[in-house]
Amino acid sequence: MGLVVAENVVKTYCMGDVEVNAIKGVSFEIEPASFVSFVGPSGSGKSTLLNMIGCLDHPSSGKLTVAGTDISSLNRQSSASFRGDNIGFIFQDFNLIPVLTIEENVEYPLLMVQDWPVSKRKARVRELLEAVGITEQANKYPHQLSGGQKQRVAIARALVTHAKLILADEPTANLDHDTAYRIIELMKKMRDEYGSTFIFSTHDPKIMDAAEIIYTLEDGKLNQQQGGDSHE
Amino acid sequence: MNKLIKIAARNLLRYQRRTFLTTLLITIGVVAMLLFVSTSGSFKAMMVGQITDSMIGHFQIHKKGYVSSIDSLPLTMNMSPKMFEKAQAFISERDDIEAWSPRIKLGAMFSNFSQTTNIRLNGVDPEKEIATCPELPKRIIAGKKEGLIEKGKILIPELIAKGLKIKPGDSIVLVATNKDGSVNGINFIVQGILEGISGPGGRDGYMHIEDARELLRMEDNEISEIAVRLKKPSSLKKTLGDLSASMGALKNQKGKPAFEIHGWNKLSPFSNIAKMIDLMTLFINIMLVSIVLISVMNVMIMAVYERIREIGTIAAMGTQPSAILKLFISEGLLLGILGAFIGSVLSVIIIVVLQQAEITFSFGRQTGLVLYPVIGIKDILLASSMVIVVAVLASVQPAWKASKMDPIDALRHV
Repeated sequence: MGLVVAENVVKTYCMGDVEVNAIKGVSFEIEPASFVSFVGPSGSGKSTLLNMIGCLDHPSSGKLTVAGTDISSLNRQSSASFRGDNIGFIFQDFNLIPVLTIEENVEYPLLMVQDWPVSKRKARVRELLEAVGITEQANKYPHQLSGGQKQRVAIARALVTHAKLILADEPTANLDHDTAYRIIELMKKMRDEYGSTFIFSTHDPKIMDAAEIIYTLEDGKLNQQQGGDSHE
Repeated sequence: MNKLIKIAARNLLRYQRRTFLTTLLITIGVVAMLLFVSTSGSFKAMMVGQITDSMIGHFQIHKKGYVSSIDSLPLTMNMSPKMFEKAQAFISERDDIEAWSPRIKLGAMFSNFSQTTNIRLNGVDPEKEIATCPELPKRIIAGKKEGLIEKGKILIPELIAKGLKIKPGDSIVLVATNKDGSVNGINFIVQGILEGISGPGGRDGYMHIEDARELLRMEDNEISEIAVRLKKPSSLKKTLGDLSASMGALKNQKGKPAFEIHGWNKLSPFSNIAKMIDLMTLFINIMLVSIVLISVMNVMIMAVYERIREIGTIAAMGTQPSAILKLFISEGLLLGILGAFIGSVLSVIIIVVLQQAEITFSFGRQTGLVLYPVIGIKDILLASSMVIVVAVLASVQPAWKASKMDPIDALRHV
């Protein structure tokens, strides 16, 4: 069974008296350790779909299963627990916590969400910092880092909990092209190393080519195509 | 919990100026409250001590109806020897009573042979009076203090001494109307001059109880009142309750209670001032609560507003709403603890400085009263815990709002 299975998922928003169909009955299945991209123009429903897969939002109808759990009916607390155990997030604006050092930012999910013992926690954080190549920045604060470095920290933070699924909404939008490409390469390397599934959204054609599977969203409908860089 | 506190502390340090100003506001509130409590409390304790230790005693026993007509010092309302014996029996058997003093209260005409005035007098047994009102000899500002009062002598209030230009050793005459309406006069020597203090009885003179009996031609051992000193003033309520229950059972010929017992607070109008001080302390407390509530709530509302995306991020990562709630409440808690701690330390320093400065003030006719503020650990703990609890309560609403935030909306916030 796939890691993410969507069956006729619909998402409808009410804006005043008007109903807006953001996602119009999409179905897909994403296998574990995939490197998947959702592409499409602004307003096509990429973020909406990622939010639903990330258990931040619920489908209006249809069934959405992530890591074997039907996430459509999870309540607020259960959703938070599910995200903490299974999903890592990488944000366009990095969203690092400014009062914490780089090491503490990566440590945060283990400390506040999963409550790991200190020795195990420290070892895991060191491993991830090393994996993304920012060990030397460990004691710095986010404002002391470049955009690319911040996104590496965000990748480390997303992976630190052994998340099965990493969701990245426009992870390269705030980076220059070279840095963006290096970040995508790093994400792919992390996929290879840790076996997590990466799903990212982008509208940069050069970045989307790095994906092995590309889903194109247009007006809430989904088309699948093989990516430019197949895993197999 | 430590991890939450650590992150909360970092968040407070992030906005140093705001944290500083909020802490300063709380500190000022705590200092204002503790200084008021210490100075007003010390003033109250000093005045109450003065009233009970040099004038009234902790409570008094009278024949029923005496207090309501005490202004005219009615000799007809004195306790009979039999009543006095019964009253003695009741108070002698109690362990919580340190001393008691029988008094004959009388009004007399006072003359220095050239001028005449009225005087209110207490006829007392010097030993028993000193045991009951140990501070009374300290009120003697001129003349011999030892032994309080000798037979054939009189202690006169400062106002009469000044008005009639009388000094210790002068001879005066007292003329008093007896219970049966006849008049008697006796010469006395002024032994000393008494400092006047605020309240009824604060400008009374003193004489030996046997002299009072002689002046009033009393053949029996009757008295006007018994002043009682407790071992622990704090036991006043209980002692009064017990005695009222036991002595109240004694009825007069009309079947009504024979005795009445009043605590110092019912006999001195200063108790109303004490009540006012307590009321003002309450208002100061309300002000402090308001300061802490508004300042902490304001700073926490701002903190939540400015960190909406951050809240969205930690929520997306799987942080439980309860943990987000605790994080923001911890920030309020730390603000409260910081303000309470600095405020308490600063207050203690200021109070020590005030103690060293020995600032004097006047109250009524009394001048040169030394302000000696004292603060107890109980007051500090009360103020601190009040501030901390209010700071936590003030952060609950913003923290609740943060914990209930939809992660998607929070992440979209610009």
